[in-house]
Amino acid sequence: MNARAGAFVDLGVISNSGQHLAYVGPYDLKGLNYYQHPWFDDVMSKGVYISNVYMGYRQSPHFIIAVRRQEGLNSWILRATIDPDIFEGIVRSAQVGKTGDAYILDRKGTYQTCPRFNGEILTQSHLNTRVFGTRTTVIEEKNTEGEKKTLYAGRRLKDGKWLLVISQEAAEEMSGLFATKIAEIVIIICGFLAIIFATVFTTRMIIKRLRETDSRMNELNAQLIQSDKLAALGKMAAGVAHEINNPLAVIIQVSGWMEDLLDEEVFQKSSNLEEFKQSIKNIEDHVERARKVVHNMLGYARKMEPRLEDVDVNGTLEQTIDLLKNHAITNNIEITTALSDDLPIIASDQSQLQQVFLNLMTNAIDAIGSEGLIEVTSRQVDSFINVDIRDNGPGIPEDKQKKVFDPFFTTKETGEGTGLGLWVSYDIIAKMGGSIRIKSEVGKGTTFTVAVPAVIPEKK
Amino acid sequence: MDAFRALVVDDEAVFLETLVKRLHKRNIDTTGVPSGEEALEIMKKKLFDVVILDVKMPGGMDGIETLREIKKTQPLAEVLLLTGHASVETSIEGMKLGAFDYLLKPIKLEELLTKLAQAFEKKDTHDQKIRSARIKELIRFPGRVLEQVKEEES
Repeated sequence: MNARAGAFVDLGVISNSGQHLAYVGPYDLKGLNYYQHPWFDDVMSKGVYISNVYMGYRQSPHFIIAVRRQEGLNSWILRATIDPDIFEGIVRSAQVGKTGDAYILDRKGTYQTCPRFNGEILTQSHLNTRVFGTRTTVIEEKNTEGEKKTLYAGRRLKDGKWLLVISQEAAEEMSGLFATKIAEIVIIICGFLAIIFATVFTTRMIIKRLRETDSRMNELNAQLIQSDKLAALGKMAAGVAHEINNPLAVIIQVSGWMEDLLDEEVFQKSSNLEEFKQSIKNIEDHVERARKVVHNMLGYARKMEPRLEDVDVNGTLEQTIDLLKNHAITNNIEITTALSDDLPIIASDQSQLQQVFLNLMTNAIDAIGSEGLIEVTSRQVDSFINVDIRDNGPGIPEDKQKKVFDPFFTTKETGEGTGLGLWVSYDIIAKMGGSIRIKSEVGKGTTFTVAVPAVIPEKK
Repeated sequence: MDAFRALVVDDEAVFLETLVKRLHKRNIDTTGVPSGEEALEIMKKKLFDVVILDVKMPGGMDGIETLREIKKTQPLAEVLLLTGHASVETSIEGMKLGAFDYLLKPIKLEELLTKLAQAFEKKDTHDQKIRSARIKELIRFPGRVLEQVKEEES
């Protein structure tokens, strides 16, 4: 029997009077009377008895299992001593990790198996067994320094007489869990960060886009308003110009007639002859002045649809610069060029383009006054040829920048400029499908950018 | 330059009157009328070398229409167009219809006189060519004279 189970130290049969009738085992226990032993009563009354671990006769820790069997009027008790080493081996298999421990306690907290740490079999454990419930209970305990936490799991065995305790330091037991927990936290935080980052980023992007669109819309609106305004003003100005032209034609004829009459003999004798002549001349001069304004306003180029011819923009710029060279040199103004080499020949109106460049460069020279620099650059931007005419003159304040293309707007002295140059230029370029933009900063200078559509001439 | 006959057509009364007076003073036989209709009326009675025609005349016949009629009535008369800026295109159209040239208002008299002289010269050369052609024809076919007289009578 022992060979089979390997757990029994000895076996004995005891009669109902407590007499050890038969015994197999290493100790000579046959003949001992157990009648006085407390477990004897237990087994007699309950039929089964499992003892706590005790030293007993053998002076080594063990426990016994006793079973009563009824045979007719007699009852026999089979008693077995269980080898605590084997028993402990089973319990020890639950001792895991570096700090894991497993042992059994009795009700009073005495070790029934040898714990791995802090104690010996049959010594008192520091654990209060009452804190453990009837089911599996987990309690947590801090050691005296309060640093290490130890977790205890308890389960009642043997009708609550024994308590199987498995303990482990929290740090170790949970280390895996903690690692998982940390990984989880890291992932969640990363996720959150990613979400926050993406949200912030996309929001920023969208806001930036919106702002850009908004400013572009504003610019476009401003341009539309500008061109609408200029078109309306243009119509009005043309109407006014016509109405002025007719009386001018009459005035010049009438004054001419007066001049003719002065040739007659009667007038030749008049003492006021010179006065008359001077007055008539003054009338003619001022009619001429008015005529020029009207002429500029209606600039005959404007009245003609642009003529399409092969135009070399760089060549036109160079020609225009040549025209102004002397004027610029007299005023100590240097004109530099940075012209793109690979501009295409475009279908446009050379004389009108030249008029525009001439207007802009003359303005630049007038703005600088004397001593300064004018930079002329040309380059292709998408389907446009952009020409920048930059001067380092005094610049134009922002409130006036909006007005520069208005007819009769001028910063020049009265009589110096008609205020029609930019207006006419704007109109010419707008009719070609291009645009003129101004960028100016007070104290730094002004740049006019002319964008001419790069229409490739049809092959002839 | 020979004395020549000019007709001025303009609806601006003072302009018309003054221009006529000034041309008279320069020994040009000038007549002034205020509308296209009257111009055509007078051209049926009197021959002119040059017609100075305002392109833009509100109300009644406009310049181009008048020009067409003039070219039917007196094909040899040269026509000078007076134009404002807005009617440059109209003037170009007028030149296609046979006008000699155009002048932008307000005109200077010197300019007008130059153009008038050129127009007259052209007309004169043209007339001379026609005359010499007729003479050549007469010399070759004297009988034609009688036919022409008959034509003119009928």
